[in-house]
Amino acid sequence: MHRVKRLVLDVLKPHTPNVLDFSRHLAEHGSHRVKTCVVEMDDKTETLQLVIEGEDIDFEGIQQAISENGASLHSIDEVEIEGSETEADADSD
Amino acid sequence: MALLKRLRYWSYLAGSGDIARRYFVVNGFDGALTMLGLVTGFHFSGTEDLKLMLSGCVGAAVALGISGISSAYLSESAEQRRALTELEEAMVSDLSDSEHANAAKTLPVLVAMANGLAPMLLSILIISPLWLAQAGVPLPLQPLLLSILLALGSIFFLGAFLGSVGGTSWLVSGVKTLLIAGITMGLIMLI
Repeated sequence: MHRVKRLVLDVLKPHTPNVLDFSRHLAEHGSHRVKTCVVEMDDKTETLQLVIEGEDIDFEGIQQAISENGASLHSIDEVEIEGSETEADADSD
Repeated sequence: MALLKRLRYWSYLAGSGDIARRYFVVNGFDGALTMLGLVTGFHFSGTEDLKLMLSGCVGAAVALGISGISSAYLSESAEQRRALTELEEAMVSDLSDSEHANAAKTLPVLVAMANGLAPMLLSILIISPLWLAQAGVPLPLQPLLLSILLALGSIFFLGAFLGSVGGTSWLVSGVKTLLIAGITMGLIMLI
């Protein structure tokens, strides 16, 4: 068993929805904290660095929310995962 | 996401809220002015055939509605498709599963409904005294005069609405549109 605690993602998104609405939509996909930083601004797009922190981040849900909002995930730059031994794992040892 | 919330979100993504409002006022004004022209023409021609007047007005209202729906749908869907294609090129990705694509598909329908229903509903309101008179309902004034007053009221309302949207005086804006209606009536009387 493992739980994703922190992710740093590089994301390209259109200007709409704006950063605030975009982050709100991501935050609605689970109980995690989203920190968004605009790295680069172009004519029709903007590049964001997303820092997502939580107890057990649903990465698939985050990915889905990103693409639903017209954005695309360019890279996963940082990952923090916490492993935890289950009772079954302990018994087998 | 509830339907209303989604519609609001799509409108925000595509920037169509303002467009729908603009279409509503522009085509509503078209409808009200056309009906004003028709009922004024009937009034000064001296005709008393309610069935003939209603046929003419209903025909014009239906044509205005269909024209409004089809023209707005065709132009708005082309605009939305173009905007989506440009965005896809900028994003270098397929956005067909995104909310942007949903907005591009749905909003032309809503804008078309606003554009088509505005003249139809205003026309129905304006010619309602003719219907009531035909049904034998007693009216305080001649049905054509009542229709002219309702048309002028609708035109004033649209002007006032534009004024309040634009942040200017609703009264001045309403009077301006009434002036346009007055000029139209004057021209019809001259003819």
